[in-house]
Amino acid sequence: MSFEVLLFYVLAVVLVAASLAVVTLRNPVHCALSLVLTFFTCACLWLLLRAEFLAIALVLVYVGAVMVLFLFVVMMLDIKSLPDREGFTTYLPAGLVVAAIMLIELIGLMGARKLMQGGGVRDAAAEQGLSNTEWLGRVLFSDYILPFEIAAVILTVAIVAAVALTLRHRPNLRTQDPAKQSATRREDRVRLVDLPSSSGSKQP
Amino acid sequence: MDQLLSLFNTYTAEFPTLWMTVKILLLPIVPLILAVAFFTVTERWVIGWMQVRRGPVYIGKGFLQPFADVFKLLFKEIIIPSKSNLFLFRLAPMLALIPAFAAWAVVPAGDGMVHSDVNAGLLYLLAMTSMGVYGIILAGWASNSKYAFLGAMRAAAQVISYEIAMGFALVGVLIAAGSLNLSEIVRAQGGNGGIFEWFMWPLFPLFLIYFISGLAETNRAPFDVAEGESEIVAGFHVEYAGSAFALFFLAEYANMILVSFLVPLFFCGGWLSPFPESWGLIGKGGPHWLAVKVAFFAFMFLWFRATFPRYRYDQIMRLGWKVFIPITIVWVMVTGVLVYTGVLVPNS
Repeated sequence: MSFEVLLFYVLAVVLVAASLAVVTLRNPVHCALSLVLTFFTCACLWLLLRAEFLAIALVLVYVGAVMVLFLFVVMMLDIKSLPDREGFTTYLPAGLVVAAIMLIELIGLMGARKLMQGGGVRDAAAEQGLSNTEWLGRVLFSDYILPFEIAAVILTVAIVAAVALTLRHRPNLRTQDPAKQSATRREDRVRLVDLPSSSGSKQP
Repeated sequence: MDQLLSLFNTYTAEFPTLWMTVKILLLPIVPLILAVAFFTVTERWVIGWMQVRRGPVYIGKGFLQPFADVFKLLFKEIIIPSKSNLFLFRLAPMLALIPAFAAWAVVPAGDGMVHSDVNAGLLYLLAMTSMGVYGIILAGWASNSKYAFLGAMRAAAQVISYEIAMGFALVGVLIAAGSLNLSEIVRAQGGNGGIFEWFMWPLFPLFLIYFISGLAETNRAPFDVAEGESEIVAGFHVEYAGSAFALFFLAEYANMILVSFLVPLFFCGGWLSPFPESWGLIGKGGPHWLAVKVAFFAFMFLWFRATFPRYRYDQIMRLGWKVFIPITIVWVMVTGVLVYTGVLVPNS
């Protein structure tokens, strides 16, 4: 067994264990951390497949930013007040159906790939003698520029919608105007008073 | 001797992973820990000098002070707060330290003097530096302390905000250099103009923003609200003592030195000389030039700490989101135009 294969099995076991932990652990912070581990292990698996850009982007975006915000929210929860496995049996049938559909889809994909190419995976980047990142960049910004820009527009719309939905204007809210603050000069705030020292306060 | 060498070669060929581990320990980690040790004592000297006092002078004229500090910390008891999450409390310092060290794998010290000359080095660096915040957040949460938790919340929000500005600043570098490889980025800044070939001139706003965001990413003054000793005692590591605290300290200073390396590499020509290449000996690049630049930026970290008052928290957020990110986006476009019109010529 070569080192890569051994590494693949180790990573796969960690990945499955971590994703199981996401749904079975009780403490939500532990669940979120298991999700971090899942993403990270998944990135390692992708690195084994030489998909370096996808792997690093996964770590950068999901591990480095999305999960930090997730943890940010989860940590604010009061853990003890969370219900214990409430509705596990009611949601189980729906979950099983989704899992079954995904399994069928995966098996179908594997079969289709086998039929199409006779097994081997085609590495388009290596064929052109480019690194994975460079190839992806070139293809995204030349052949697929329109879908790429549409995806960007959709994401921007989503951001604007999220802000518009959650933005509330509360009356009587005291806010600072930074431009006004930095435009303030010493003369606006400080007044020097020249008090004659001799004719000061009277002694009682 | 030849026999020994061949034995060594077969051994390293037989166990490449083990040999890599030894190399990693010998090359970045031990010098890095020593650098951190002397950086701490330099910090105290510099700040002492700026505040007209002497700093550490007693233990070996001050040179042995960091070792005294380290051994004191190592022999201290680690106090674990009651009702803290024991597992995460112990895990957090390690999670802070591992990315701080792992990022050094792709940082070149000179032409070809790099551990792993990967093509996606810049992306890897961004990924590693963005993971360092986990140690801080978990430390704050697992301590079961209000001050620590507040520090963790502040650190999380701040690091996420400034990461975006930092990433966009590096997009400008990427466009100008035409490569994600750190050595290639430095080589793209070479040429006959010496200092005028460096990216700090065409990318001047990005250069400033990257360094300031680096200050904010490492939670250093004037952006050290995560520690904020005047408001929340010491922030996320208030409950940590002894060697666990030492790990946080090590991670923070390793990150500072990392940023001091990255700013010259991305914007100030890395190991290249500021003089034109045709000037003979002083025009020749080498690790010594990088060392001079790193020392300058490391000194800036200390200088800022001694001279600037701490930013107010809402001002930090405003600076990151409303000032830095728009400027970087505009300047990325400007860089694109510069490359398109041929003012900047990326390699490849």
